[in-house]
Amino acid sequence: MQRKTLLKILILFLVLNVVHVNAQHEDEHTESSELSLKESQKLERKEYIQHHLLDSYDFNLFSYKKDNGEKAHVGFPLPIILWDNGLQLFSSSKFHHGETVAENNGNYYKIDHNKIYKTDASGTINYDDHHHAINDKPLDFSFTKGAFMILLTCILMFLLFTSLAKSYVKNGGISKGFGRLFEPVVLYIRDDIAIPNIGEKKYKRYMPYLLTIFFFIWFLNIFGLTPLGVNVTGNIAVTVALALLTFLITNFTGTKDYWKHIFDPLGDTLPWFGKIPLYIILIPIELLGIIIKPFSLLIRLYANMQAGHIVLMSLIGLMFFFKSWFGSTLSFGLSFAISLIEVLVALLQAYIFTMLSALYFGFAAEEHEHHDEASAH
Amino acid sequence: MEKLINEFSLGLFFWQTLLFIALLLLLRKFAWKPILNAVNEREEGIREALTSAENARKEMQNLNADNEKLLKEARAERDSMMKDAREIKESMLTEAKDEAKAEAGKIIASAQATIQSEKQAAIAEIKSQVAELSIGIAEKVVRKELANDKDQSQLIEQLLKEVTIS
Repeated sequence: MQRKTLLKILILFLVLNVVHVNAQHEDEHTESSELSLKESQKLERKEYIQHHLLDSYDFNLFSYKKDNGEKAHVGFPLPIILWDNGLQLFSSSKFHHGETVAENNGNYYKIDHNKIYKTDASGTINYDDHHHAINDKPLDFSFTKGAFMILLTCILMFLLFTSLAKSYVKNGGISKGFGRLFEPVVLYIRDDIAIPNIGEKKYKRYMPYLLTIFFFIWFLNIFGLTPLGVNVTGNIAVTVALALLTFLITNFTGTKDYWKHIFDPLGDTLPWFGKIPLYIILIPIELLGIIIKPFSLLIRLYANMQAGHIVLMSLIGLMFFFKSWFGSTLSFGLSFAISLIEVLVALLQAYIFTMLSALYFGFAAEEHEHHDEASAH
Repeated sequence: MEKLINEFSLGLFFWQTLLFIALLLLLRKFAWKPILNAVNEREEGIREALTSAENARKEMQNLNADNEKLLKEARAERDSMMKDAREIKESMLTEAKDEAKAEAGKIIASAQATIQSEKQAAIAEIKSQVAELSIGIAEKVVRKELANDKDQSQLIEQLLKEVTIS
């Protein structure tokens, strides 16, 4: 039975291939300008994927070409907030999706490579040798697509978890409703991430941060996989902000032992004159470690989410590359499989970030008894 | 690296930090604390319930053991009481038997003595009556046939025979 279906599928693929090859032959008969069109399409796709991975100034759901060749965008504009000799606040619709110059209070702005530059009424942008714009950049605090998704996630999380918290009071200590789904996760973070890494005594201080960061990353990762496909956790600014918080919490809650471990890692095991040559090397390494730890966090999350999006979009792009049923089925199958893996990665990355943050907090909160041990020897 | 720095947007960083810290503080107050407290309370409750159940089970066991002990004691007491009663009964029976035997012996002995004495008295009376009768007969014989010596002796002999027979 299984063999038969397998055979059928194989035959189907063969037939489709033949159709595809025929189509290619027909293509060759047409003019040579087709090639350049293909090239430009390829470039367009690459550009589209790159553009998708970046943040943007308006919330664009999808774009299409009208019958008269005009580009149409479906979505809504977001506020642009600039600091350029005073606050400049206007809607991103003024840019017309980056195609035109926006004017506000007599200042002219233009988007180039996803950044806002100050320009004149005609929108001239000067480039240096490396094709980088050299116009003035105003301080940009625009409420972008990414910020919008962050706000949405925050609101969603707030509603979800406050309703969960309330359900405990209403139901006499037993959760109810949709939030109940996340109770085991909360318990998992407490029992398998916080307590083993930080310790029974001090874990309670860090629990709010660990829970918030876990659900925040997880939800944003999942949102990235929805058709909205907003790549927030794959944005370096977001991961930097998250890792910076872990860094600050680690070092501000560091105990005496934590700092002693950095500046005097050998303790009483060596006389002071023996320590000097070692510490010239050891202390810089330890100091670097403080920064490298959160840095690895931010790069890991960024790279994983970015890579996932690139792979998914490239696979979907295959559909346009092959332009046949074969390509579509292949692309669909592959992107479906990768999507499933990405769902797992979304959870996994949230877990890793939380786990490692807990581990670092554990180092910082540690109070070991090595003084007694040393004197005992 | 250059691409990363180029991609870094201060605006998004600012919003992310602001929104995330706000979310953290809000959730800490309105969600995580109540949730963790509720979960802790529940777990504490479960733990308490379990320990109290265990205690109750132990108590029950103790009670059962006590009951068993009491029952055993009661049974032993009953056994010993039964044994005592049996012994008392036995001893009473033997005593009564002995007494009865002695009494019966006495009664029999006195009866025998009475019989003996009655018998003696009866014999004596019979003897006296026989003597009287023989005297009377002798008188009559003597009166009637004193003439004939032969007859006389014959008679006496006959009479004497009769006397001895009777």
